[in-house]
Amino acid sequence: MKFGIIVFPGSNCDHDCYHAVKHVFSQKADYVWHKDTGLKGFDCLILPGGFSYGDYLRTGAIARFSPVMNEVVSFAKKGGLVLGICNGFQILTEAGLLPGVLMRNRDLKFICKQTYLRVENNRTAFTSSYGEGSVVKIPIAHADGNYYADPDTITALEDNGRVVLRYSTSDGQAAPEANPNGSLNNIAGITNEAGNVLGMMPHPERAAEAELGSTDGRGVFESIIHAFSDCCKDHRHGHKTHS
Amino acid sequence: MKAKVYVTLKKGVLDPQGKAVMGALKSMKFDEVKDVRVGKFMELELNGASKADEEKRLKEMCERLLANTVIENYRIEIE
Repeated sequence: MKFGIIVFPGSNCDHDCYHAVKHVFSQKADYVWHKDTGLKGFDCLILPGGFSYGDYLRTGAIARFSPVMNEVVSFAKKGGLVLGICNGFQILTEAGLLPGVLMRNRDLKFICKQTYLRVENNRTAFTSSYGEGSVVKIPIAHADGNYYADPDTITALEDNGRVVLRYSTSDGQAAPEANPNGSLNNIAGITNEAGNVLGMMPHPERAAEAELGSTDGRGVFESIIHAFSDCCKDHRHGHKTHS
Repeated sequence: MKAKVYVTLKKGVLDPQGKAVMGALKSMKFDEVKDVRVGKFMELELNGASKADEEKRLKEMCERLLANTVIENYRIEIE
């Protein structure tokens, strides 16, 4: 399986993602510069964390007009797996691949700390390795992670299992005190309607090795790798799940 | 031609910056302050052909880049 890691000017978690994919999970990986067009041969695209374009105007607002984003959008529309982490999540909302917006944190501060997350839906290509309702420890590092969407959008997300990760206490209560940034409904990660695009504020690549303090982020990458190998199996048997 | 663009948060969208500024004003005894909303102000220099054309193009700039219409409203003034 081959991962493409999109590098915008100001991305700073691109190397961490590359390291996780290539060295921790022994998959193929390549960086993709934001000016590249003609993405070929990738099975999953990762939009990593960072501060693309210095977060000028709004987080992700300028990155979404990078030339590579047309390719990312068409890859996603064809059913390709796209994972946006932190700034990557912000870019995906600005690009319209995910609904809502990540606003300034409730307390206006940059927060860098371990958070507990409850896995709300493990029937996705990004979370199948986790038990439903399991609690995982994955760090956040952001100033703009306060998820907001209009009430109809929130209802649609909730009713369709698209809220995949929620900030919780260590025993899995999605309580107000477990909400680091003011996100509506403690939302930490959502998918698009088709389920092939995930945006999440926590950094699974920073929780993929014991040396880093947690291995709970591994499940995200393992799930993607499983989803891809299942998909290949289907192809071999002539049941093409997506093009 | 010069244009001014004001981008403000929509009603009902929580504005933590506005709340912090209001808290500061209150602590300075400006008790009459009931609410504060912080927005953005942008000045654009244009060499457009006509005011009508530019108004249309500015609207497109706001819709596509300058504002995020999920949470923000915008207002355009052309001088």
